[in-house]
Amino acid sequence: MAYVAVKGGEAAISNAHRWLAEDRRGDQAVPEIQVDQVREQLSLAVDRVMSEGSCYDRDLAALAVKQSRGDLPEAIFLMRAYRTTLPRFGASLPVETANMAVRRRISAAFKDIPGGQVLGPTFDYTHRLLDFTLAANGEAPAAALEAEEPQAYPMATVASVFDQENLLETDAPSAEASEPFDLTREPMSFPAGRDQRLQALARGDEGFLLSLAYSSQRGWGNTHPLCAEIRLGEVAVEFTPDELGFPIEIGDLTLTECHMISTGAAGLERPPQFARGYGVTFGHCERKAMSMAIVDRALRDAEEIETAAPVQDQEFVLYHSDNVEASGFVQHLKLPHYVDFQADLQLIRRLRREWFAREAALKEAAE
Amino acid sequence: MNAGSNAPERYYNYAYLDEQTKRMIRRAILKALAIPGYQVPFGSREMPVPYGWGTGGIQLTAALIGPDDVYKCIDQGADDTTNAVSIRRFFAQVADVAVTEDTGEATIIQTRHRIPEKPLKAGQVLVFQVPQPEPLRGLEPRETETRAMHAYEEYGLQYVSLYESVATYGRIASTVGYPTMIDERYLMNPSPIPKFDNPKLDDNDAILLFGAGREKRIYAVPPNTRVRSLDFEDHPFETQTWDDACALCGAGDSYLDEVVLDDAGQRMFVCSDSHYCAERRAAGHAGPMAGHQLATPETEPAQ
Amino acid sequence: MNAMPQAIQAAPLLRVSGLTKWYGQIIGCRDVAFELRPGEVLGIVGESGSGKTTLLNCISGRLPPSSGSVEFDTARFGLADIYSLNEPDRRRMQREEWGFVHQNPRDGLRMRASGGANVAEPLMNLGGRHYGKMRQATIDWLERVELDTRRIDHKPRQFSGGMQQRIQVARNLIHGPRLVFMDEPTGGLDVSVQARLLDLLRELVRDLDLAVIIVTHDMAVARLMADRLMVMKGGLVVETGLTDQVLDDPQHPYSQLLVSSVLQI
Repeated sequence: MAYVAVKGGEAAISNAHRWLAEDRRGDQAVPEIQVDQVREQLSLAVDRVMSEGSCYDRDLAALAVKQSRGDLPEAIFLMRAYRTTLPRFGASLPVETANMAVRRRISAAFKDIPGGQVLGPTFDYTHRLLDFTLAANGEAPAAALEAEEPQAYPMATVASVFDQENLLETDAPSAEASEPFDLTREPMSFPAGRDQRLQALARGDEGFLLSLAYSSQRGWGNTHPLCAEIRLGEVAVEFTPDELGFPIEIGDLTLTECHMISTGAAGLERPPQFARGYGVTFGHCERKAMSMAIVDRALRDAEEIETAAPVQDQEFVLYHSDNVEASGFVQHLKLPHYVDFQADLQLIRRLRREWFAREAALKEAAE
Repeated sequence: MNAGSNAPERYYNYAYLDEQTKRMIRRAILKALAIPGYQVPFGSREMPVPYGWGTGGIQLTAALIGPDDVYKCIDQGADDTTNAVSIRRFFAQVADVAVTEDTGEATIIQTRHRIPEKPLKAGQVLVFQVPQPEPLRGLEPRETETRAMHAYEEYGLQYVSLYESVATYGRIASTVGYPTMIDERYLMNPSPIPKFDNPKLDDNDAILLFGAGREKRIYAVPPNTRVRSLDFEDHPFETQTWDDACALCGAGDSYLDEVVLDDAGQRMFVCSDSHYCAERRAAGHAGPMAGHQLATPETEPAQ
Repeated sequence: MNAMPQAIQAAPLLRVSGLTKWYGQIIGCRDVAFELRPGEVLGIVGESGSGKTTLLNCISGRLPPSSGSVEFDTARFGLADIYSLNEPDRRRMQREEWGFVHQNPRDGLRMRASGGANVAEPLMNLGGRHYGKMRQATIDWLERVELDTRRIDHKPRQFSGGMQQRIQVARNLIHGPRLVFMDEPTGGLDVSVQARLLDLLRELVRDLDLAVIIVTHDMAVARLMADRLMVMKGGLVVETGLTDQVLDDPQHPYSQLLVSSVLQI
C-alpha cells in the first residue's frame, strides 16, 4: 500500500516551495550572496539573462540569477514573465552602433581598419587554467593600462570601408518600412520577414544558435562566414515623447554587435556583392552575437535557394530557438498523464490479447 | 477574502493580464467561435507558469473571468492534482474569484486531458489546455503545409493515417487526441482527452474553448455544434470500456484511472473525475472497495 | 459534320487558348492553343528546354500562365477557365477529376505511407468511408497494374522503380478521373521495364477510355501512346497533327530531326 498520490497537492506544493527556498540559500554559515555582487561579479550571466529575457535591467537580471540559483534559462523565464506585464510607452529610435563608445572592436577581415583593432576585455588568448588565487579570495586585480591616446570616436564601422567600392550589400529597410514586427505581441508567421527573424534570434537560446551556427560551418548549409567586425560598448538610446516631438536621450545600453560577411549575394539584377549576417545582444554576449549572425546569414539563403540544411529552414530554426518555450514543453512531461497512459495501457493489453489469441489459433491449426 | 490573497493586485492588473491583451484574446475567441474548429493565431503572452503547463488555458480564463464567476480547474479529471491546484490558486489570488470543485456550480471550468462526466449546461464555458493544436502536426511538421491543408480542406493525409492504422492494428489505434471533424469543415485536435470523452464534444450545450499558449492558437466549438470523430463505416468510432466499475463509487459509466496497489499485480480502478466520484459516494453509491483511503491529502496547516 | 451525335462528340473536354508563360524575359511557352476530346490521347514532344513541361504545368493548374486560358469541362461548373475558379474549387476539381503521373514516383507518392494507402487515398478524398471496400478496390487495382497484392502494406521504397511507377498509376486512376496528365511516365526506367509499363499504360488508357496529355522526349513512347502530337521547340508549337502523320511525314525541319532520331533507336 505504498501508493502516494500526486493528488492532494495543496500542502505538497507549499512545502516544496519552502524546501526550494531553503536549498537556494544553502549553508546559512556562508554569507548570503547579494544582488549587487551578482550584478558586478557574474556580469556575463546577467548579460545573457537580459539578452534572452529581452529586458535591459541589470539589477532585475541579477535578482533573477540569484532567485534561480544560477539556472540561466530559469532566470530568463523570470525576466520574460516580468517583462510581459510592463506597460509600453512606445518604441525608441533605432540605436546607432556607429556612434558606440567602443570598448572592444575587432575585425578578422582586415589586418588594420580605421580605428584599429581594440582587444578589450576578452577571454580570448587567456590560458584556460583555473586561477587558484581567486579561490583563495585573491588580491584585487592589477588595473589595466590606459591608452595614451583616447579611442577614436565615433569609430568607423567596417561597412564604411566597403562603401567606396560598394562591395557590401546595404541593409535597406523594407519597401513598406512600416512598424517593425513585434514578436512579443504577434504570433510567428511564415514566410518570416527579416525583422521577425532577427527578433526571434535575438531572444533565441545561445546554445541552440551556437550549435546551428556550428552545423553550418561543418557543411550542413555552409555559408562561408567571415567575421567582418565585432564591437562591444555603450550606445545612447533616444526616445521621442509625444509631448515634445523631438528625440531626447533616455539612457545607455551596452551592446555586442557582430557582422558576418560571405560571398553569394550575386543575382541577375544586381552586381555581385558580399552578403551579411547580423547579430546583436544586450551586454557582452559575444558567442551568441556571432552565432546569431551566422544563422541570420544562413536563413537569408533560404530566401533564394531551396532549403537544404536545418540552419536554412525558417520554420525549424524559429520555432525551436526560444528556450522558454522549449524548456516549458519538454518539462511539461513531468505533469501527470495518467488519463493518456490508461488509454495506452488499454490499447496495448488489447493488442496483446489479440496477438496471443492469433498465435494460439495458428498453433491449433498446425496441430 | 483576506488582505493577503489580494496582495498581487497592487502589482498586477485584475486577472493578471492587462486589459489590452484581454481584448485581443476576446477578439480571437469571437473569431474562433465564428469559424468553429479553425485555429486562430493570437499574440500569446508569457505567463508566470511554463509553456506546456496550461498557458493557453490560463490566458483564455484570464480574458473571460470576472468577480462573479465561479471557477473550477481540473487536471486528468481531478480537482486535487498539483497543477490544477496551482492554477486554481493563481486565479483565486489574481482574480479574487470563488472557486469550486462542483461541476454543476462552476461558470468556467479549465481542464487538462478530460471533460467532466456530468453533462455541461448552457452558460458554462469549458476551457481546454492544449499542448499541440494542430491535428496534422504528427503527420506533417510544417505549419505552412498544414495551414494550406486546412484552407483547402485537404485531409487526405489524416485519412491515410487512419487507413494504415486499421491495416496495421485491425482498428483505429488512436486513443487520446482522437481527430474530430467540426461542423463538417475543419479537422480539429480535441486536445489530449481520451477518445472516451469525444462524444461529449458533440452537440454540447456549453461553449468549448481551446487555448494553446506556446503554439499561440485559439480555437472553439460553439454550443450545439456537430463534432464527428473520424472513422470508417466498417470500423466505427468506439470509446474505451472497462470490465470493472469504479472501486469507490461503483460507477460503470465513467472513465477510470488504474491505481496500482502493490508490485504483485494488485490494482483497483477509480473514477478519474474526482468530483463525479465524490458526488456519487455522497449520494450513497458504493463500489467494492468503498471507504478505501485512496490517497491521504495532507491538509494545509492552518494559517 | 452537322449530325447530332458528332456534335456531341465534338464537345471539348479541355480547351486551351493563347497560352503564354514568361519567366521574366525568358519565354516558357507561347500562344499555345488546342482542344482535347474525351478519350483522346495527346502527346507533347520536344527536347528538354522546348517548353513542354512548362506547358504541361500551365495546363494542369500547377503554374499560372502569363496570359491565355485553360478551360475544362468540370462536373460542378461546366466548361470553366480553371484559373478563374477560386483555389479551393480548383484544387478540389483537380483531386476529383484529374490524375497526374510524375516522372519521379517520389513526387507523386507519399513515401512514408504504404503502397496500399497511397492507392486508396483518392477514394478517401472523394468521401470513401468504408475501409473494407476501399481495401478491396486497392487490391483490384494492384492486380490491374500487375503488382503482388500481398505487398499491399509495404512502403514505396521497398518496391523497385518500375513498381513504384505502377503504384503511382493505380493511385491516379482508382478514382475514375476524366483526364490524366503524364510527365515522362517511363522516363527514369530501364528499357525493358519501360516497355512493359508502356504496354500496361496503353491498355489501361484504352480500356478506361481516358483522355491523356502525355509529355515525352521519346518518339517511341509518343507513337505507342498518342493519337495526336504537338511538337514543341523554343516554347512554340511548331507542328501538330495525327501521330502517324507527324511521325511518318513530318513537315517542320525540327520535327524531321526529332523523327530521324527515333529511327536510330
